[in-house]
Amino acid sequence: MSLDRGAREKLVRALAASMIEHAEELTSLDQAIGDGDHGLNMKRGFEAVLATLPGLADKSLPELLKAIGMTLVMKVGGASGPLVGTFFMELGKALPEQPARADLVAAADKAIDAVKMRGRSEAGQKTLLDVLVPVQAVFAGGGDAKAIAAEAAQAADRTTPMLATRGRASFLGERSIGHMDPGSRSASLLISAAIAALEFEATS
Amino acid sequence: MSNSSSGNVGIVIVSHSSKIAEGAADMVRQMVGNAVPLAWTGGDTDGGLGTNVAGILEAIEVAWSPAGVAILVDLGGAETNSEMAVEMLAEDRRARVVVCNAPVVEGAVIAATESSGGSSLAAVKRSAEEFYA
Repeated sequence: MSLDRGAREKLVRALAASMIEHAEELTSLDQAIGDGDHGLNMKRGFEAVLATLPGLADKSLPELLKAIGMTLVMKVGGASGPLVGTFFMELGKALPEQPARADLVAAADKAIDAVKMRGRSEAGQKTLLDVLVPVQAVFAGGGDAKAIAAEAAQAADRTTPMLATRGRASFLGERSIGHMDPGSRSASLLISAAIAALEFEATS
Repeated sequence: MSNSSSGNVGIVIVSHSSKIAEGAADMVRQMVGNAVPLAWTGGDTDGGLGTNVAGILEAIEVAWSPAGVAILVDLGGAETNSEMAVEMLAEDRRARVVVCNAPVVEGAVIAATESSGGSSLAAVKRSAEEFYA
């Protein structure tokens, strides 16, 4: 997969747009089981990312991903900043400039492991890992763009009946059941936005 | 924010609320005066409730001591952001900053009291963490 400057800028704008357009929805999910700032935090982070364009798109894909991650770490202002920021930074660190699909799979594995370490969490605790881990399984298993996007949406939906045992929602105990995890929803939205922007092809 | 050149372990207080962070720092000062380097940070980058890595890095700088810095945090995001900040420090400083698993107000007062007697970073962390143990 080779992304020219135009494609890199398109990717950044698509990621940012997904968070800015869904800020209210994410906030209302977070008001149900968290501290109600997730939408605003992600919007703030991605607005800061947008402010680094056009220079950001001049960077190679690995450097661009690292820069996005660093901006999110510094600007998001909640636990999501280090978690989502770490994902982007580690993805950037692990990718070659023109990654093949196998490189993307390997890099995503490393980035997900880094998120687990940062959050001291595993899938099953009603966090963004409940999207990242199953989506990665479909990706690594050869799923095409449609299958990956579908899994992202379904995985976020599957957090609704889950009991939160990590993050602010865990304070609510059983009252966390019946609400979608906002971090899973934002992860799902970002994955879908990336796939749509890249016109991702399973064979590329 | 204020500083001390005592050489004692520095204390950083990180809360989602700048008022809580500042208030806890006031309580620490009342106990130990200027014997301990001390800094606090709270709120997101827009001034709302939250924590942010840039603010934490700045607080570590203000409270820096060759003996190290102990960070006291309130809720999860404060801890995650503090750990991220520690990882972003220069390598020679990273090993001399710890995040304490202790309640923010009580932990800060106890950690600072321990530090004011010249205790090591490990001893300061242990005292804070033993409070509820």
